[in-house]
Amino acid sequence: MARYILKRVVISVPVLLGVALVLFLLLNVVPGDPITIMMGEHIKPALVESFRARMHLDDPVLVRFVRYITGALRWDFGVSYKLEREVSDLIRESLPHTIKLTVCAALVSWLIGIPAGIVSAVRHNTLADRFFMGFSLLGISLPIFWAGLLMQYVFAFRLQWLPVTGYYSLRYYIMPALVLGWSSAGAIARLTRSNLLETMKHDYIRTARAKGLKETAVVTAHALKNAMLPVVTVMAIQVAGLLGGAVMTESIFGIPGLGRVAVNAIADRDMPLLQGTILFTTGIVIAGNLAADIICAFLDPRIRVE
Amino acid sequence: MDTADNGTLSIKNLSTHFFTRRGIAAAVDDVTLFIPKKSVVGVVGESGCGKSVTALSVLRLVSRPGRIVSGSVSLGGEDLLAKSPAEMRQIRGSRISMIFQEPMTSLNPVYTAGRQVMEAMMIHGGTGKAEARDRTVEMFRAVGIPEPERRFRAFPHQLSGGLRQRVMIAMAMVCRPSLMIADEPTTALDVTIEAQILHLMKELQETFGTSIMMITHNMGVVAEICDYVYVMYAGKIVEQAGVFELFDDTRHPYTLGLLGSIPRHGSPKGRLLGIPGTVPSLLDLPKGCRFSPRCDRAERYCSEREPEMYEVAPGHKVRCFHCSGGSKGGSP
Amino acid sequence: MSDMNAEETGSAGAGAGEGGTTAGLLAEMLRNSRLAAFSLAVIIFIIAASFAAPLYMPYDPNKPSLSERFAPPSASHWAGCDDLGRDQFTRLVYGARISIMIGLVPTSLSIILGTALGLVSGFAGGRTDFFIMRLADVVLAFPSLLLAMVVSYTLGGGVTSIFAALAFVGWAATARVIRAQTMSLKEKEFVESARSVGVRESVIMLRHILPNCIPNIIVLFTLNIPEAILNESALSFLGVGASPPSASWGLMVYRYKTYLMSYPWLAAAPGAAILIFVLAFNFLGDGVRDTLDPYMKD
Repeated sequence: MARYILKRVVISVPVLLGVALVLFLLLNVVPGDPITIMMGEHIKPALVESFRARMHLDDPVLVRFVRYITGALRWDFGVSYKLEREVSDLIRESLPHTIKLTVCAALVSWLIGIPAGIVSAVRHNTLADRFFMGFSLLGISLPIFWAGLLMQYVFAFRLQWLPVTGYYSLRYYIMPALVLGWSSAGAIARLTRSNLLETMKHDYIRTARAKGLKETAVVTAHALKNAMLPVVTVMAIQVAGLLGGAVMTESIFGIPGLGRVAVNAIADRDMPLLQGTILFTTGIVIAGNLAADIICAFLDPRIRVE
Repeated sequence: MDTADNGTLSIKNLSTHFFTRRGIAAAVDDVTLFIPKKSVVGVVGESGCGKSVTALSVLRLVSRPGRIVSGSVSLGGEDLLAKSPAEMRQIRGSRISMIFQEPMTSLNPVYTAGRQVMEAMMIHGGTGKAEARDRTVEMFRAVGIPEPERRFRAFPHQLSGGLRQRVMIAMAMVCRPSLMIADEPTTALDVTIEAQILHLMKELQETFGTSIMMITHNMGVVAEICDYVYVMYAGKIVEQAGVFELFDDTRHPYTLGLLGSIPRHGSPKGRLLGIPGTVPSLLDLPKGCRFSPRCDRAERYCSEREPEMYEVAPGHKVRCFHCSGGSKGGSP
Repeated sequence: MSDMNAEETGSAGAGAGEGGTTAGLLAEMLRNSRLAAFSLAVIIFIIAASFAAPLYMPYDPNKPSLSERFAPPSASHWAGCDDLGRDQFTRLVYGARISIMIGLVPTSLSIILGTALGLVSGFAGGRTDFFIMRLADVVLAFPSLLLAMVVSYTLGGGVTSIFAALAFVGWAATARVIRAQTMSLKEKEFVESARSVGVRESVIMLRHILPNCIPNIIVLFTLNIPEAILNESALSFLGVGASPPSASWGLMVYRYKTYLMSYPWLAAAPGAAILIFVLAFNFLGDGVRDTLDPYMKD
């Protein structure tokens, strides 16, 4: 078990390094001069030179990458070119908002998705199954930004039940969390359903029935525990989707989280800030997947007991 | 034989059909079968002949699109098909238990062996946890599991195939059922382990007086353990006899084929080399005698009329036009 | 497989699939699933309607008409008019072309790329496999929308950079599936026998393994299309997508969100168009997946 966890941790490190490298290459190397991309064509040569020097752009790529990585390890992602502030400070300020939004959305998606998936599997091919699966597919197919705008129009503008934008209390997070959580709930419901249906075909389910267990006990005690193992993994993968979706929800609902910082960085062509926020977000995703692997290891005796 | 009513299990004219999109498959077609007290009765046939569906019909565990359409199943005189689902659950695992072919997959991987056996007892026996635990360990010992206390806490993946099948048998026997259905319990095991498991089952059957319905395709297993045998083909019983009678005075060409394919020493998997062709699809059965397309003695009328079951000797019945006198044939 | 399973699936599964060829199975799915057939019809209708638009549409999608600015939906303007007085329904119909392109072009690119890399990875094994799969791990670790944002930033925006961004994001999942399929096919008897009679490795890969991956490829293709469309619309909405003259549905929502409170239909209609289109592809994709690959459900 300890060895399994260690192995997972060790595997994550090169992935994170690879993420940093790909990101670095995309932003610093591929089409040529990042200064030109950042500042546009017409700019004073002196200013360009000062930036080149500040960002050490004349050093070899590898040297710059190593410098960036060692900096990132010390919580130093460089300085935002537009805002002239430490990228790490900007991340620190925006992170709590994104965490609040993502956690709320994740709760929405789990609380809706998992029960909907279970009901659909147990009542396979009934009206309830069709309803929940239609609801799920709708969630998956829904453009998040559009659903957000419609909700704003209906619930904030027309009915005036909820505030339009902002981040001052939990009320402000209701709409963003629902919009973001729904799409994720769809994916989780579908996965829970298909896993449970698959698990119900296993021989040990037949054994449990032959033992005289009630159908509810067969589902909850025997099928669900097996079916949830892959769902836990996907719950973690959904975090990636939520963080990606948060980019849109944050822009629409005016929440100054990581996603909005990244979008603004693109609009401002602020490369260091963009690089820092994306690297940090992807780091969270990798950590989430690692956590899911470890949780699964605790739940699955085939890994836990060796 | 089927006149006595004090037996363990009596199946009369049972039909279980699968309602598929392409038609109705009669997996079990008008099967009548009797298991006397304290006996081991074999149900033999190739894959797809309906023997497992017969077993699941007894427990009423046939899954959709399958359904029992007619007939009766009674246990010690009680009509099982008339029971409510709740009453049926009380019977499963306590009065009738079942073990399956694949000990690898028949145990739940996320629970310990002991817990899974205890569970059977706690839902039926009304026993407390401590007592269930003690009796489970006791049962582990009875089925020959070494170090039962340690194995109680083991997860299925930590046990060998033979040990897992012993756990399954312990689970099946722990409530002292009057009938244990064993569906190919040794097919997935090595030959040496197979002999041990069969020996164990025979021993338990004698100790506890449990009847066994032994479902197998392997005539070697039948010879080893059974008292009486039913041979099934394409959903119907084609021959039934006491085990000695069946081996010494085989009548049905299909049974002869099965006997010709007993695996010899060194070939654990019984392939049916003795019979040409394959089992017909239940959705597209041949007319007349279902075995006629594969039968070397088939005449024209065999594919026109379906033969009835008739008694060729006391306790020995055959469904074949050619089997009235002696094993070497005869005339209709 | 146990005897009972053989019996049960033998009779229960008898309903599924007659011919066994991919095309035959898909034809049967369309016959059996009304939803999938209806979705396909909707998709074909939208595609045909948008490409034939110049033949029957009374309005020019780009011609402003100041007198009709923000005209509400009516019999003559089904979805109203935008801030420049252009007929919104006409623009939606023309905009479908872009969504179709966005659905097909990057998805095709990513499927081709992913299939090629997956085949090579699974077939070659060793260091090649290790390298390709670690790259796939890295790509899959990114939230796809963020990675697409970065790629399109790097390439400087515009339709081609969107295509490249979506293809770059999409190949990794395909490569994983095709690699797994290749590795299991590699062990099959027909590959062994081909090898034993001296068929070249490259021929085995293209003639024996690739054709057997086609069901997977079709499934991945149908399921990736709606994802690409959604991602593109999100990118456009965030202002890193296609630029104005070629207005995609996502871009239309982005432009008209300013008028949400006063002229809600302007932003609502293109979003609804995205939803309908994506929903149709997802329904079709579900049907295709259930038909061709019962083991890929996730």
